[in-house]
Amino acid sequence: MRAALPVLLATVLTACGTDAAGGGGSDETLRVFAAASLTGAFTELAEKFETDNPGTTVELNFGPSSGLAEQISSGAPADVFASASQTTMDVVIEAGDAVDPQPFVRNTMQIAVPRDNPAGITRLDQLGDNDVKVALCQPQVPCGEVSAEVFDNAGLTVEPVTEEVDVKGVLTKVSLGEVDAGVVYVTDVLAAGDEVTGVEIPAAVNASTTYPIAMLERSERAEVAEEFVDLVLSEAGTRVLERAGFERP
Amino acid sequence: MSSRRERPPWALGAPAALGALLLVVPLVGLLLRAPWSGLPRILATPEVADALRLSLVSATLATAVSLVLGVPLAWVLARTDLPGLRLLRALVTLPLVLPPVVGGVALLLVLGRNGLVGQHLDAWFGITIPFTTLAVVIAETFVAMPFLVVAVEGALRSADRGYDEAAATLGASRLTVFRRVTMPLVRPALVAGGVLCWARALGEFGATVTFAGNLQGTTRTMPLAVYLAMETDPDAALALSLVLLMVSVAVLFTLRGRWVGTGGTV
Repeated sequence: MRAALPVLLATVLTACGTDAAGGGGSDETLRVFAAASLTGAFTELAEKFETDNPGTTVELNFGPSSGLAEQISSGAPADVFASASQTTMDVVIEAGDAVDPQPFVRNTMQIAVPRDNPAGITRLDQLGDNDVKVALCQPQVPCGEVSAEVFDNAGLTVEPVTEEVDVKGVLTKVSLGEVDAGVVYVTDVLAAGDEVTGVEIPAAVNASTTYPIAMLERSERAEVAEEFVDLVLSEAGTRVLERAGFERP
Repeated sequence: MSSRRERPPWALGAPAALGALLLVVPLVGLLLRAPWSGLPRILATPEVADALRLSLVSATLATAVSLVLGVPLAWVLARTDLPGLRLLRALVTLPLVLPPVVGGVALLLVLGRNGLVGQHLDAWFGITIPFTTLAVVIAETFVAMPFLVVAVEGALRSADRGYDEAAATLGASRLTVFRRVTMPLVRPALVAGGVLCWARALGEFGATVTFAGNLQGTTRTMPLAVYLAMETDPDAALALSLVLLMVSVAVLFTLRGRWVGTGGTV
């Protein structure tokens, strides 16, 4: 063991080393941390970026924005962070890990109902009905915050049967038909395909969250990172995002 | 037995020390970072009181259900010769290794409003299980009962059957033998399994959040409250974790001293 432990450590360290030092020449790996709702659009953008910049690999890490922010603060290697809310981006900025975030899209809310719409939901105010089972995001996460804003705007009191920890939880409960309705992002309804049906929320009462994107301070590939951010902000990038249901900020 | 203490060889001692550190250091970290001064304020909030009460009640109910159903199940697995028993044993212990979220989805597919059984409950009796405290108890039982079954079954297999046979020869019915002879013999395993089962139920997260949902006072148990608090108030999350840790330690400690005396090691 006395001999084995250093060997083991050396192996682990070398593994990390080769991974991180992949830069140098033209073979570069760009690490992008992005909110889970960006999965479809950013996968497409990353492919486009790799085609435009041969030799560059984009590694995508999707997750809840707050979780990603925590990973970044704990020192996870990342070059770009795209968050689903300014609040989470602020956490990263306050920790000194990012500067100059730029808003790039907006995501509005929609009502998701099961395919057969058992409660016959067609209007927002039906969610206030006591017989209608509603799933919401808990108010502490961005999607819950924005949903609460929508109900505020509409002067509606909604008592959910469950407050899910994230928007995926709400979608699961809706697509399995366990609830009559859930409030999620427009992009989630689109991404879920025919698992759920979307019911529009009138623009007058709808609310949205703005997504900021920023390069991270620790990035060793600042130039490549900047190019990726530029692509996301470009006209072509915006069109990809709009196809996924996002709106211009 | 001789009580010769020997220094462990390096090849065993070093990994053992690393293993112990891996298990203990995170708990020490929790204790060091805990917001001790703010503890009373955080624990007095209605959210925390609700979560703690719900956790204690549901974990205790889940353990009770596990005892009522799990002990006979363990007996059947250990002492009978039914066909398909090996398969049954494998299936019964599956939740031990199954990710709890998968268990939660499975429960939804069976007991949910559109589930195999749930749709009839809904149509015939107007009962829906998800999003109720009952769902929390079911989810916890699903995840925790195997711990009890495994502990009790093992003890039943290794227990001396001579006493059972003697009692039967003396005219005791099978139920009397089970109650008066078999159970007292495996009591240490019963207690140990029950405690493990309770502790596992208390810590249950994945199956609960998937099957029962997450609502204060109805389904938001301590682990769910910890997860939620991490999003906004890490100090509160630490305080809640501390409570869970203390409850677990207290229970293991008390039971170990009091009941698991004779020959049992928990």
